[in-house]
Amino acid sequence: MQILKRAWNWLDDLTGLSALIGPVMRHPVPKAGKSAWFYVLGSATLFAFLIQVVTGIALATGYVPSSGEAYSTLVFISGTDFGRIVRGIHSFGASAMVILIGLHAIRVYLMASYKYPRQVNWLTGVVLLVLTLLMAFTGQLLRWDQTGYWSVIIAAEQAGRLPFIGKWLAHFILAGDTIGGATLSRFFAAHVFFIPAFIFAVVAFHLYLVLHNGISEPPKTSEPVDPRTYRAQYHSLLARNGEPFWPDAAWRDMVFGFLVILTVVGLAIVIGPPALGNPPDPTIIDASPRPEWYFLWYYAILSIIPKWSEDWVIILGPVLFGILLLILPFIANKGQRSPSRRPWSIIITVFILFMIAYYGAVGHIAPWSPRMDAPPLPEKVVGVTSGPIADGAKVFHDKGCEYCHKMSGYGGLRGPDLSYAGDNLNAAQITTRIFSGAKNMPSYNGNMTPKELQDLLAFLESRHRHPVFEPSLGVK
Amino acid sequence: MSEEVLPEKTPPSSELMGRRKFLTRLSIALGSIGAAIVSIPSIAFLLGLRKTPQIWQTVGKVEDFKIGDTVSVSFQDPSSLPWAGVTSQTAAWLRRTGEQQFIAFSISCTHLGCPVRWLAEADLFMCPCHGGVFYANGTVASGPPPRPLSQYPARVHQGQVQILASPVPIT
Repeated sequence: MQILKRAWNWLDDLTGLSALIGPVMRHPVPKAGKSAWFYVLGSATLFAFLIQVVTGIALATGYVPSSGEAYSTLVFISGTDFGRIVRGIHSFGASAMVILIGLHAIRVYLMASYKYPRQVNWLTGVVLLVLTLLMAFTGQLLRWDQTGYWSVIIAAEQAGRLPFIGKWLAHFILAGDTIGGATLSRFFAAHVFFIPAFIFAVVAFHLYLVLHNGISEPPKTSEPVDPRTYRAQYHSLLARNGEPFWPDAAWRDMVFGFLVILTVVGLAIVIGPPALGNPPDPTIIDASPRPEWYFLWYYAILSIIPKWSEDWVIILGPVLFGILLLILPFIANKGQRSPSRRPWSIIITVFILFMIAYYGAVGHIAPWSPRMDAPPLPEKVVGVTSGPIADGAKVFHDKGCEYCHKMSGYGGLRGPDLSYAGDNLNAAQITTRIFSGAKNMPSYNGNMTPKELQDLLAFLESRHRHPVFEPSLGVK
Repeated sequence: MSEEVLPEKTPPSSELMGRRKFLTRLSIALGSIGAAIVSIPSIAFLLGLRKTPQIWQTVGKVEDFKIGDTVSVSFQDPSSLPWAGVTSQTAAWLRRTGEQQFIAFSISCTHLGCPVRWLAEADLFMCPCHGGVFYANGTVASGPPPRPLSQYPARVHQGQVQILASPVPIT
């Protein structure tokens, strides 16, 4: 021990490290009392980022960022004991980082810590939120399975909706006219070098600002923020009631951060990494790309808004939300910080969380997606094995009706449930609908022979909530 | 850390001030130019968009295709790099419409680019993402797609069916 101490003293004399770091670690922070545990979310986000850095470097040693090879290197990584765990940690770590940065933003918003003098803290936080989402998107894509491939196409198509620069941007995303050798390298460089470099720089600035402006004190309704007096009040609060950050406040960050790491690693070991889909081969047409859970709500909203508004929402939605986040600390830079005096902040937070959860769940079910893997209807649904009704059930499947219409637990959700079509519609009404189509249903006029139509009508007319005894139908 | 302060007993002469101003500007200018001459080629490489040539790619012999059938075919991208692997392929829906006539549809839905599937029994293309449907001739039957399916030029050349390999259609 004595030797270690002497070695440290020698190094410290030459470097001045303790004089540099000591005051930073022990800088005074306000006692946070009952809300102290709300202050751990920022550091937990940083811990999650560090998890990503460590596991990301490990993965990069086994990953080959080539459009042709990446998939097989991922198969290799996932096949090794530790590669499987590391991929799992990186995947759950990404989810943890998205969740924690979201919760941290909500905490700061509800406590209005973005008000004077911490506006730039908030702005750098918004930048970090955007960078985190970019990491999440590019990371999912580096899995470079079928979903990764189609994510690039969909990203390029969405970018293509932008006025003026759309085509150019789409071309830039694809790194050419088509997906090819250059595409994946581009996303790899972005995910591994470009965006992380920005994150390191902005995190450093964000932390510097936390030190410069001091960590915000828990809001009190009796002390609204007045930019003219705030700093003096804050310093007198520290002098009166401050405690050193290390270890008086930092121990909570360490406890919570440790729990985050434990959870992420535990989930990675128990559940493992996300499964790889089919290889990124566009000639495998059997593909149904879906985004990761953190983008499902956005995917759902884009899917259910009216068609005419799509271009506006794709472009203006994120822009508008970004602008709102950026101007927030300037239009509300002073006054009350307590959420009890800012009921709108609670309403908006609940609204956003509800929207993400609700539309995330909707996006998970994706009722607008045809179920193109729906099997032919079994006998227990059809009721007979031969005759017009059985033939009609086959038409119902073969013509794709079943992909969008539910039938006794089988089929899709996009169109109306036809399990009891015989109770609700007569043959003429069904025929009209089949021939004229609708906004989301093709017209089958010309795509169906008279026999097919008759069989289909017989099948649909036989669908009743309460079985009707019609022995003639099966043998007609 | 200790702050070192330059001893300035006498106020600097205007000559010294001018010199400092010059040296400041010189240093900033050199830094900027240095940054520029490193960045410009780097950014130019990044933005260097490769214009791909359009090439006729053979997808099979004429007699391999039955008149009226729509089948998926694949062909090599025009700008394929050696390490592109399976991603250098492009798929298309090809239909023989006559002795020497072929139509080739892009597999990308005009809504957001998901791969449409051909329902042979129903004579329709259907997109698995948002349920866009196209008639056999590529026109929109229902759902969100704003435009008919894109087509690739197709031809018969010396008994071979060829498709003009072209960029991913961005709608």
